Amino acid sequence: MDNQNQPLIFEQSKQGRTAYSLPVLDVPAVPLAEMVGKDYLREKEPNWPEVSELELVRHYMALSRRNFGVDNGFYPLGSCTMKYNPKVNEVVARLDGLTHIHPYQDEKSVQGALELLYRLQENLQEITGMDAVTLQPAAGAHGEWTGLMIIRAFHEANGDLKRTKVIVPDTAHGTNPASAAVAGFDAVTVKSDENGLVDLEDLKRVADETTAALMLTNPNTLGLFETHIQEIAEIIHAEGGKVYYDGANMNAIMGVTRPGDMGYDVVHLNLHKTFTGPHGGGGPGSGPVGVKAELEPFLPKPLIVKKEDGTFGFDNDRPQSIGRVKAFYGNFGINVRAYAYIRTMGSKGLFQVSKDAVLNANYLLKRLSDHFETPFKQMCKHEFVLSGSRQKELGVRTLDMAKRLLDFGYYPPTIYFPLLVDEALMIEPTETESKETLDAFADHLIEITKEAINTPELVQEAPHQTVIGRLDETQAARHPVLRYVNQ
Amino acid sequence: MSEFRYLPVTEDDRREMLDVIGVQSDEDLFSDVPEKIRFKGELKLEPKLSEPELVRFLTGLAKKNVSSSDYPSFLGAGIYDHYIPSVVDSVISRGEFYTAYTPYQAEVSQGELQAIFEFQTLICELTGMEAANSSMYDGSTSLAEAALLSSGVTRNKKIVVSETVHPEYRQVLATYAHGRRLDVVTIPEKDGGTDLQALEAAVDDSTACVIVQYPNFFGQIEPLKEIETIAHGVKKTQLIVASNPLSLGLLTPPGEFNADIVVGDCQTLGISESFGGPHCGYFAVSKKLIRKVPGRLVGETVDEKGQRGYVLTLQAREQHIRREKATSNICSNQALNALASSVAMNAFGKKGIRELAEQNIQKAHYAVKQLKGNGISVSSDHSYFNEFVIECGKPVSEVNNALLEKGIIGGYDLGKSYAQCKNKMLVAVTEMRSKSEIDQFAEALGGIIGG
Repeated sequence: MDNQNQPLIFEQSKQGRTAYSLPVLDVPAVPLAEMVGKDYLREKEPNWPEVSELELVRHYMALSRRNFGVDNGFYPLGSCTMKYNPKVNEVVARLDGLTHIHPYQDEKSVQGALELLYRLQENLQEITGMDAVTLQPAAGAHGEWTGLMIIRAFHEANGDLKRTKVIVPDTAHGTNPASAAVAGFDAVTVKSDENGLVDLEDLKRVADETTAALMLTNPNTLGLFETHIQEIAEIIHAEGGKVYYDGANMNAIMGVTRPGDMGYDVVHLNLHKTFTGPHGGGGPGSGPVGVKAELEPFLPKPLIVKKEDGTFGFDNDRPQSIGRVKAFYGNFGINVRAYAYIRTMGSKGLFQVSKDAVLNANYLLKRLSDHFETPFKQMCKHEFVLSGSRQKELGVRTLDMAKRLLDFGYYPPTIYFPLLVDEALMIEPTETESKETLDAFADHLIEITKEAINTPELVQEAPHQTVIGRLDETQAARHPVLRYVNQ
Repeated sequence: MSEFRYLPVTEDDRREMLDVIGVQSDEDLFSDVPEKIRFKGELKLEPKLSEPELVRFLTGLAKKNVSSSDYPSFLGAGIYDHYIPSVVDSVISRGEFYTAYTPYQAEVSQGELQAIFEFQTLICELTGMEAANSSMYDGSTSLAEAALLSSGVTRNKKIVVSETVHPEYRQVLATYAHGRRLDVVTIPEKDGGTDLQALEAAVDDSTACVIVQYPNFFGQIEPLKEIETIAHGVKKTQLIVASNPLSLGLLTPPGEFNADIVVGDCQTLGISESFGGPHCGYFAVSKKLIRKVPGRLVGETVDEKGQRGYVLTLQAREQHIRREKATSNICSNQALNALASSVAMNAFGKKGIRELAEQNIQKAHYAVKQLKGNGISVSSDHSYFNEFVIECGKPVSEVNNALLEKGIIGGYDLGKSYAQCKNKMLVAVTEMRSKSEIDQFAEALGGIIGG
């Protein structure tokens, strides 16, 4: 990485430089005052920089060298499925006929785009075992909220207004309870048992006639398969609730089992995780939602349909729909990439993806299990959780080990999540990593556990090799500086 | 040889790894999945394609679409055909950016963090606001989240929104409002703008916020000065302005009219139409609301040696810390689109954004003149930016079909969203339309509508 501090683009500005080019105005100019009222004509320029095109390119190249992606190295960030982002996906997503098209063009002038979306819907239905899919939600959390709104609409349509509660496991991702709240529900927690699975007795205690839904990913957030999933679904269904599948961990089960066959009623997928939409430094994602037939009337509108004459179009005539969750039809560009990936792998390939993801995770778990506390003894699925409690006793925190990993050229695992594991490290290798990469990573992490014994300060003071040291987060929060101000 | 180029585990690797794990086969790794729910057989997906086959197939699908690179487009209504500098795609194609995730580990994410910090600054400068977040999904969800924020802060449940706000933005608002059990009151459109008398009558002590769009859905420049007086005439009520950021190169920023929250979509600055997404919502606030903002914020700080650096900050607002009490459930956002937009904004600079905005307004006004010259009746007689309304006298879909035959993408059928706008077309004219394209459009419309 580049060790030079990179000035802000605003600090590189020099009056008179430019990095764009427009044709000279070829229509007669009317005085602005004749078109815009005096109060509405901007007087003060925004303090945007003036730089040449090369300076602009070098600025961002410098910034890119100070950033780390999957293309740079191993990125075992648990729960995020940081797999390889295929280059051909980027090529096809940039095809002129897929980028320069407007969502309000007449259906007949966008048949290719509609056909692609329709085909993607069909494939996702098959992969999840659901009866209908919407591609409108823009990300996982957006999909969660959409799914919960669908469940709420279903209960309301039945005149069942007492269902105020959404149950989430104590291991759930923070978006689950947050989405429940935005959908107008109270989030209630169900405990995990000593094996890291939903505690059935506690679930029976919590589930009642006010339960709207249970949100549960499977494999769960600890990377463990909820073996009793059918029983769990039965408990919720018996109370009249619906079971919601958080698709964050779909990478473990493609072709192995399907949410629709496990007893789930609603599922969202993260196309930017399982289906290789790149993570983009934080987004864009895409969070399609699939439902069983009885919930289909409540899906957001419009849906993309195939008409009797074989052409594709929008179905807006959906009186029970929850409405729109996003303008237009979702993050189309990400959906194109996901479709390209599905066509590249085919059914056999996606099955192999899940088998390899689980193989890689179990192999890495085995390589590390003598060196860390392993809170759960069973096999994992696509990811696993270790505890740094042994190292904590030596004065070395999980955060320190994560920072030390940076020195070895790795992006660290997810840390301090899930909350119920002390000093958690959540590791998801994904199927696109080779055995050599896993071995090297295991060797380095084991070396760090030895450093924690022999030279703890080396770990506690890490990172040593990065462009910048540990940053003062307290100061950042106490005196927020959220923008540059020209002095 | 492996059949799959993304899967590096060889059969030898597999045997060795299974040995280390202590199991016989892949199957044993799934022994915890009960037999009853195991999927039998093969998923019925479309057949697998090789790389050249995939490119050929998708190129074929793409060619079935009419693109605005082939046909001049006069279609806007929230998404526009604008100039995108080549540097944009060059930058966002860097693997270091597009294959990274949320910059949790600041030491190896300084590039993304600094880029977001610059994005936040660019948005603040443009909107005249104190703080901006790192992005929302799009303009519509950004607007809905703004309403939720206002309701949370004011503890009021009434959301007052003008009918001149984008119809789909209002539909998304309605869905979110239903979720949080808020009431949405819509103020009718009058002469292409917000009915100010009706607005004044609707705003009261129970009003969380007034939401307007500037320029509005019809292209008209709403009188923010008068609207602000009405909104802030009630003690707690907030003013939310949805704004096309490109227009703010020319128009007085909402911040100067004391807007509390300014939202919108950066599609107009560096992001392609892409059939509606991914684009990039922006979300900017006044100082007093900084700690209530949804989504990620990047702040400046220092490391142990005093070196300047950037981190995700004020995270106590967010779902991964606050869970059900978070200000929003947003997690993934539109970071790469925010980066694209930043690159474009920096390429334009303070002079370029002005020139862009001026070309838009000039070309739109020229188009109106030409259309009138061809006998078309133009409904927009107030001040407008780069969009205006024309009277077609027959179904807009018919007119657009005829235009498409002449190789032109026509405007938006307002009748689809507004009962009072039957046979009216919303026309957008951006800097991308040359004089001769505008002349041809006016002439073609004259023929279609006149004839």
